[in-house]
Amino acid sequence: MDPTAKYISQKISRTRWRPVPAGLLQQPEVFAAGSWDNESNRVSIWSLGDNDSDTDGEFDEEPRLLCDSEHDGDVMDLQALSLAHVWERAHRYSCDNAPCTAVVCRSPELVSVGEDGRVILYKADQTEVVRVIENADSSTIHAVTFLRTTEVLTVNSIGQLKMWDFRQQSDSPAQILSLTGDRVPLHCVDKHPNQQHIVATGGQDGMLCIWDVRQGNTPFSLIEAHSAEMWEVHFHPSNPNHLFTCSEDGSLLHWETTSGSDMSTLLQRGWNSRVVSHSGVPLAGEDDSVVSSWLAGDSSKNRLEATHMLPSQTLSVNSLDVLEQCLVCGTDGEAVYVHRQLPV
Amino acid sequence: MEEVDVEPSTTVTHLGFEWGPGDLLVYETNYKLQGIRPRSASSPSVHVVRRDEDICSPILRKLFNESHLIFVGLQKIKEDVPSKNKKSQFVSISKNYRSVIRACMEELQQNAGKRSPDTHHVSILLAIELIWNLCEVLFIDAAPAGSLLLHLLDWVRLHKSDVDTRAREVLQSDSPAQHQSYWDVVISLVLQGRTDEARQVLSKQASLRAESSSVFKRMDVLLQNMPIFNPAGTQTLTEFDVKWRHWHEECDRCLQDNTFASNRHLETICKILVGDEDTLLEQRELLSTWYHFLVTRLLFTHPTIKPPDLHYYAQSSMNMFLGPRASPEPLDIILLSAFEFDLHQVIKDCSIALNNWWFVAHLTDLLDHCKLLQSHNLHFGSNLREFLVLEYASGLFTHHSLWQLAVDYFDHCPEFGRVYLELQIERVPLDTERKAIKVLRICEDRQMSEQVRSICKIMAKRALRNNRLGSALSWSIRAKDAAFATLISERFLQDYSNKGFFTDLDLLDNLGPAMLLSDRLTFLGKYREFHRLYGEKRFSEAARLLLSLMTAKIAPRSLWMTLLTDALPLLEQKEVIFSVDQTYELMSCLEELNLGTKDSNQTDQDEDIESTKTELLRLALARNLAMAIVKEGTIET
Repeated sequence: MDPTAKYISQKISRTRWRPVPAGLLQQPEVFAAGSWDNESNRVSIWSLGDNDSDTDGEFDEEPRLLCDSEHDGDVMDLQALSLAHVWERAHRYSCDNAPCTAVVCRSPELVSVGEDGRVILYKADQTEVVRVIENADSSTIHAVTFLRTTEVLTVNSIGQLKMWDFRQQSDSPAQILSLTGDRVPLHCVDKHPNQQHIVATGGQDGMLCIWDVRQGNTPFSLIEAHSAEMWEVHFHPSNPNHLFTCSEDGSLLHWETTSGSDMSTLLQRGWNSRVVSHSGVPLAGEDDSVVSSWLAGDSSKNRLEATHMLPSQTLSVNSLDVLEQCLVCGTDGEAVYVHRQLPV
Repeated sequence: MEEVDVEPSTTVTHLGFEWGPGDLLVYETNYKLQGIRPRSASSPSVHVVRRDEDICSPILRKLFNESHLIFVGLQKIKEDVPSKNKKSQFVSISKNYRSVIRACMEELQQNAGKRSPDTHHVSILLAIELIWNLCEVLFIDAAPAGSLLLHLLDWVRLHKSDVDTRAREVLQSDSPAQHQSYWDVVISLVLQGRTDEARQVLSKQASLRAESSSVFKRMDVLLQNMPIFNPAGTQTLTEFDVKWRHWHEECDRCLQDNTFASNRHLETICKILVGDEDTLLEQRELLSTWYHFLVTRLLFTHPTIKPPDLHYYAQSSMNMFLGPRASPEPLDIILLSAFEFDLHQVIKDCSIALNNWWFVAHLTDLLDHCKLLQSHNLHFGSNLREFLVLEYASGLFTHHSLWQLAVDYFDHCPEFGRVYLELQIERVPLDTERKAIKVLRICEDRQMSEQVRSICKIMAKRALRNNRLGSALSWSIRAKDAAFATLISERFLQDYSNKGFFTDLDLLDNLGPAMLLSDRLTFLGKYREFHRLYGEKRFSEAARLLLSLMTAKIAPRSLWMTLLTDALPLLEQKEVIFSVDQTYELMSCLEELNLGTKDSNQTDQDEDIESTKTELLRLALARNLAMAIVKEGTIET
């Protein structure tokens, strides 16, 4: 089923689903979209209409605007929170304000990172920032994600992943990982929902890397995913065998690892990517008996399949979010695409 | 120029102006106008007069975005597909464009009433769609005689939609035959050639009056028998013509026999069927436009009209309909040029009449793909299509957000597109890194290395000013800018000599292959490595590295003293680290340094320090040499 497109007259920098309460098996219906590059940028909330469909399951609803509000500067990141607050000038240079590039929240704590190389920790109900790690990085930090309750992982524009532990007093990272070889800027990072040591990153050259943060300095696998910068990578929150990436080259790929599928289904569905390298050494001393298929070494048993989710080449897809069976993404062609029946 | 929304403040000075890419900058000068006493000081503001306000409308933005997608799709159509298939492709693309226009128009109509520019846009979009549809019928679809009239009928029906609403209203009323618009509806349907529907409405009347039912039956038969050309059928045009003449004579006979004399409405209908011009002109209100009159006239007098003959009828229809006193509007003139198959005139008139280049650029591009425009070169080198697309794209580039669409348009202008893009892309303001990355990707994909270098340099300098050395370095690496990398390394080394330690160790420790970009950067990386090796107490490796830095001439002369001073602790160690050869090398480096010209600005104090350092070094080197010779001369037993 093709996604429905809606043109919203502003270039979209971020889209996020409003989280659905975990107990109810509902499909998400409301999403937020932030714009960029406008003289006055807006954050807008859209609703997809009711969930009832007719007998053949066709959803034909276009997103409807619920409300929107002005935003100073480009909207760089969105996260859902129950309170609202503004922390002014959190990111700054000596004489100017610096763009904040990413925000992540795990209620009630928020972490933001910016072009000034700072990592800042806030609490949602406090006006003062809780902690600032000054000079965390000499280059721009592009994305951040929570690994554990007190640990975050950041990626920067010289191709390094840094792990920060807020329990430690010192302002230096607990661990630094990077690729040997060319230092390509990394733009996005996401953690595996169940296994906190598995992390996926995407970089300027469109390479998707899967890392194991416990082990060494090299990523577990490098996959040539896109031909231009990869802007966002997301594991599916409830079914982590699925991964979604979107890129400047206008494509949105859905990656699926399958274990033990036979060649014929693979050949039917097409092999859209090249797996560049796959580390052959399985982990020793594995605690949990479930070995993630992302890290399993034997490449003949585990395959990666990629499918294009958008019907045709568009301008850059800047952002995507996936929840349950719904996917929303926003492009520079000022269109929002919503896909409500993901094969996950 | 559009009307200004705001009353311009009266000025007492001359106004100066300056052209921008799409705007006009207007400012007050110091030259006072004569004869007017200055009342107040001139305001120091600069006004921006924007020529094209359509680009700012949020609903019209959707038009720009969607048509961009269609445009890009059109360019991708391969050349080697046979022309029959291509024609249907072009027609479907044309329909796509039109549906986008219609969608936009509907949305504007929904929002209309709140702001006056929207209603203005609605009428312009209506006109645009009308012209585009006609061009599609006449030029792209290029229907031959027979189907031409059918297409023109469709065109008219599409643009006169109130007939349907009125018909529905009449049919849904309690007694349709008594409705006041009943006959209007019937006549309108007949004028549009919708005989089946006319019969349906007529049947409501017929059921009521039994005595005149025979008359109605007669009319019903006439309407039913009206021949409609079927392009897909086996009937040829001449056969159809014969049949039609037959029917026409029948209608004429009915008129002569006064069959419908009892009912003046039916008589009017019969006269219309015969094609009587005066009767048609009487229906001016129902027809409402001269082109409807034209098509109806052709339907009932000349249904097998051939395209070249169209313009005779068009001109005369317009004159007849509008009358001697009314002057034609721009839209009428454009449509007339279209009927005369004068494409260039159509494009020219549209360019003049419309506010922005969107319509002419896309239409000309489509017509060019259909190979309908003779490519005569304009004075400045490119052809008409390219000129219009370039103008449109340049207009887009002035918009703060739509510039990304313009890039694709420039890509498809073979002669000047690249030059225009090179000039424009450098002027996009870069506020955040993400925007800079996108602009860079555009330049890199098109191998515009000059622009890549200049943009990276801007970002690197900005980062340097904000003391973000790592960012600055990553920008210079992207641009492969050795000179800037050298500058950054100098900054690092300066910091080191000022503070005594390295900042941004995470960057220096992880330079990787980027180190090779510039000599100074390599030195910096290796120097940091030396410090690290020293910290890890791997002295012999550190010593080797230090020496190689000096002998391989990677280190700049100014830093040799620092390096030699760094060697001092290694020389002072208990065990011998530098070998005899290495010590000789160090000594020669020291002497080389001293032989260099002395800095005349050095104070006495500095000279003292320098000479003390040299003394210390000489002493340490001599001691090391002694120990090394002894060590190397000793035979291990």
